[in-house]
Amino acid sequence: MLHPHIIKTLTATAFLMMAVALQGRVIEVCPECPVSSISEAIELAQPCDTVLVKKGTYSEGNILIGKDLTLFGEGNPILDGGGNSEILTIHSQFFHIEGFTIQNIGTSYTQDRAGIRMKESQNFTIKNNRLLDAFFAIYLEKSKDGVVENNFVLGQAENEAGSGNAIHLWYCENIIVKDNHLAGHRDGIYLEFVDNSRVTGNIAENNLRYGLHFMFSNDNFYHHNTFRNNGAGVAVMYSRRIDMFQNVFEKNWGAASYGLLLKEIHDSRIEQNSFLENTVGIFTETSNRLTYVRNTFAHNGWAMKISGGCQQNVLTQNNFMSNSFDLAVQIAGMDNNYDGNFWSDYSGYDLDRDGVGDVPHRPMKLFSYIVTRTPESIVLMRSLFVDILNFSEKVSPIFTPENVVDHAPKMKQTSGIAQGAETPGPKIDPAAKPGHSLTQNALTIK
Amino acid sequence: MLKILKYSFYDLIRSRWTYIYCGFYLLFTLSLLWLSSDLSKVVISLMNVVLLLCPLIATMFGVMYYYNSREFTELLLAQPIRRTSIFFGQYLGVAGSLSASWLIGTGIPFILYGVFGSAQAGNFFTLMLVGVALSFIFSGLAFLIALNNENRIKGFGLAILVWLFFAVIYDGLLLLSLAWFSEYPLEKFSLTASMLNPIDLSRILILLKLDISALMGFTGAVFRKFLGTGFGMSVSLIVLTLWIILPTLGIRRVSLRKDF
Amino acid sequence: MITIHHLQKSFGKNHVLKGVDLAFDKPGITAVLGPNGSGKTTLIKSILGMVLPDDGNIEVAGKSVRNRWEYRKQIAYLPQIARFPDNLTVKELLSMIKDLRGKAASDQHLIDLFELTPFLGSRLSNLSGGTRQKVNLVLTFMYDCPIIILDEPTAGLDPISMVRLKELIENQRAAGKTILVTTHVMSLVEELAEEVVYLLEGKIHFRGSLKVLKETYGESSVERAIASLLEQQKNTPAFSSNGQPAFVTA
Ligand SMILES: Nc1ncnc2c1ncn2[C@@H]1O[C@H](COP(=O)(O)OP(=O)(O)O)[C@@H](O)[C@H]1O
Ligand SMILES: [Mg+2]
Repeated sequence: MLHPHIIKTLTATAFLMMAVALQGRVIEVCPECPVSSISEAIELAQPCDTVLVKKGTYSEGNILIGKDLTLFGEGNPILDGGGNSEILTIHSQFFHIEGFTIQNIGTSYTQDRAGIRMKESQNFTIKNNRLLDAFFAIYLEKSKDGVVENNFVLGQAENEAGSGNAIHLWYCENIIVKDNHLAGHRDGIYLEFVDNSRVTGNIAENNLRYGLHFMFSNDNFYHHNTFRNNGAGVAVMYSRRIDMFQNVFEKNWGAASYGLLLKEIHDSRIEQNSFLENTVGIFTETSNRLTYVRNTFAHNGWAMKISGGCQQNVLTQNNFMSNSFDLAVQIAGMDNNYDGNFWSDYSGYDLDRDGVGDVPHRPMKLFSYIVTRTPESIVLMRSLFVDILNFSEKVSPIFTPENVVDHAPKMKQTSGIAQGAETPGPKIDPAAKPGHSLTQNALTIK
Repeated sequence: MLKILKYSFYDLIRSRWTYIYCGFYLLFTLSLLWLSSDLSKVVISLMNVVLLLCPLIATMFGVMYYYNSREFTELLLAQPIRRTSIFFGQYLGVAGSLSASWLIGTGIPFILYGVFGSAQAGNFFTLMLVGVALSFIFSGLAFLIALNNENRIKGFGLAILVWLFFAVIYDGLLLLSLAWFSEYPLEKFSLTASMLNPIDLSRILILLKLDISALMGFTGAVFRKFLGTGFGMSVSLIVLTLWIILPTLGIRRVSLRKDF
Repeated sequence: MITIHHLQKSFGKNHVLKGVDLAFDKPGITAVLGPNGSGKTTLIKSILGMVLPDDGNIEVAGKSVRNRWEYRKQIAYLPQIARFPDNLTVKELLSMIKDLRGKAASDQHLIDLFELTPFLGSRLSNLSGGTRQKVNLVLTFMYDCPIIILDEPTAGLDPISMVRLKELIENQRAAGKTILVTTHVMSLVEELAEEVVYLLEGKIHFRGSLKVLKETYGESSVERAIASLLEQQKNTPAFSSNGQPAFVTA
């Protein structure tokens, strides 16, 4: 699934970094050492050197780095911004940062301050760090060929205007965002003009807006992530060829809340994801040629809401289980295909025992239409009267789009429910040595 | 009163109908649990049943028991017993035996299935509670209707009509009025209207747990306050209690004025 | 023991009791007579508080019965129609009533008297009408109450039981009870009653001893006396202008 050229580049990066660790000098920094500040160490460092920062709190304001270095924190040193400063601004061709706690960046309404900013950089790894109370935590701009891995980011965002994103990517390429735990920011991961990148194994929860947010980004792949209790799980907008695989979208509740929001995205594949207990599992608008396959929708308010301008989408082998509403298709005359799904409230039979129901299923209920028009009528949900209405509409559709039909409803659900990302929080090993860690790094990126 | 209650209760739990009723729930719940591994689906099916059947059976049982025990009631009326004690005793006997059937018939399979400790435990409790409340409310209404109507056929018809009204017609009228006045703010109206029907009220109590994902999709402030907090739950429970008390007061009033 | 003042009762448009004044203050047996639908049962039920008067007042042992229930401890009542919970056995019914009234009762001798022992275990729904009536009688007489009210006690009884019943009533009279009986069996009246109250169209048409009744109408039997009472009633207005019953004698 990984785009081959990413693999190629990353492997190259890893080898280079190993070389760095093997060949360069190590400059130690600690409060009592001859070199007691990071800025000083960086000043002294030659390319390919390692700056080894020992336990302690370092309040040095904004540290600018323009060299190819390894910056390694031992015993979890703290870089404190004092509430009014960006902390690390890096411009480098080879860079590795690992093992720091970076905190107190402070909100700014005039500049996008970050905990770690990679500017026009490449071949970098940002790994095993903790970023607390950051405005933007990790900010990549105009960079490529990098890995952001196993970081723990916890913000205190209270409103959208006064908060930044946990991981922010702008004009990037070939980036891997992997196994991070992101909470309390505006977006968990934000990608704008980012291509050929991969987002995997992350947990994004309790973020104000989206767990993951794509804008104008093409050819990306995100899989095995968990998006829980964000304003909305994932928003994919104005993009093409985004593959979504084995993610879990859960408990995204609220009036404008979705597990997955798709807006003007085309030619993408949504496969084996789980949508659990969201107000709306997937909301899609003006999105064409999408394939939804083997996803599971359970206990959502609406499993899917399909708004206008969605053509040639295919839904098949999905499981729709115990949702308040399975489908709300808001406009008639769209040529999407709904055949071959499992619907837990399918009431037909399978006499020839071929696993396919003999009676077509109409997943869009009349009541779903009524609630869209008169939201207050939700108080009548599951009442006998509504059941009767739904039944009569099922028999002869008048209000709901006639072509929203599964002609071959499955009798059994499709197996293979997404696992998402399981491990909450990063596994920071304070005792790790730089060389050792780099080897590990090289191994992790396969 | 307790003595009358005891005798009515024993009288009813020895009745074949009680066994049939209880047995139905037992079989129904067992087969649902057997057929579907998804507990929440079973809860939904049972919800449909509890909202339909509990009121219906309570209504019919209430009316039938009242009429069938008429002569016996007269026997009691001639005894040195307070009038209200007789009727409350009988009413509670009916409501109690119905509730017992319901609790046993659906409770045992669920407990055997291990509902405690599962994610559905909360829903299960709500369901049990709603079944009991509806049994009480509708047998109370049935007693009230029967007390007011000497004519069995008329009483029976009226009771079924009341059930039909609350189970179906009311919702139809509510939906019509919501659609008709859809330009106006209807949040308060729709919530209040649902409170005024014990079946709707019970349904909403279950919805608050079962469909909270969908219910949270609404922007209105009143809805959010009602649904999102414990507020809705508390108000619903209070109104449900009122719904139990009201027919009881009616029974008291009518029984004190009635000739036998 | 029982005083009734100007008792009025209507069921809808049906004006059943149109001002009844009666007092039963001496021990002894009074037969309450009248055609079907004349309001005998209504009168009795008013005393028991089962029917609530529209107007007038009823006192038992000097206290108004309105909204009270304790006074019923002093009354043994045999209802006109005896139907019981279908699921109960005779034994259960008896113990239940005992449980409810909470007073020690002398039921065993009554069960023997009416030969009910074989039926004790049967469900009430399986009993014949006569047997039920016997159960009914047991229920009534097992308490030692100063007032006994019997509404059609002979319904469905076989001759032997009838004899037993008469003996029973006699015994109660001997014990100094105040007894009211409604019946259509005139021989029973003839044999037992000291006094007769005749109800017609909601009013008391006659109150007096058997002897006076027969003498007033110049007949030798109660049956005939009643027949001529009815005859006369057709010909003459029943009530004098002051609204008093025409033939009340002390
Ligand atoms: N509960 C009642 N409701 C309406 N009408 C009644 C009721 N009880 C008795 N009646 C009517 O009152 C009249 C007197 O009845 P009742 O006292 O039973 O007469 P009796 O015992 O003298 O035959 C009858 O016309 C009867 O239909
Ligand atoms: Mg009578």
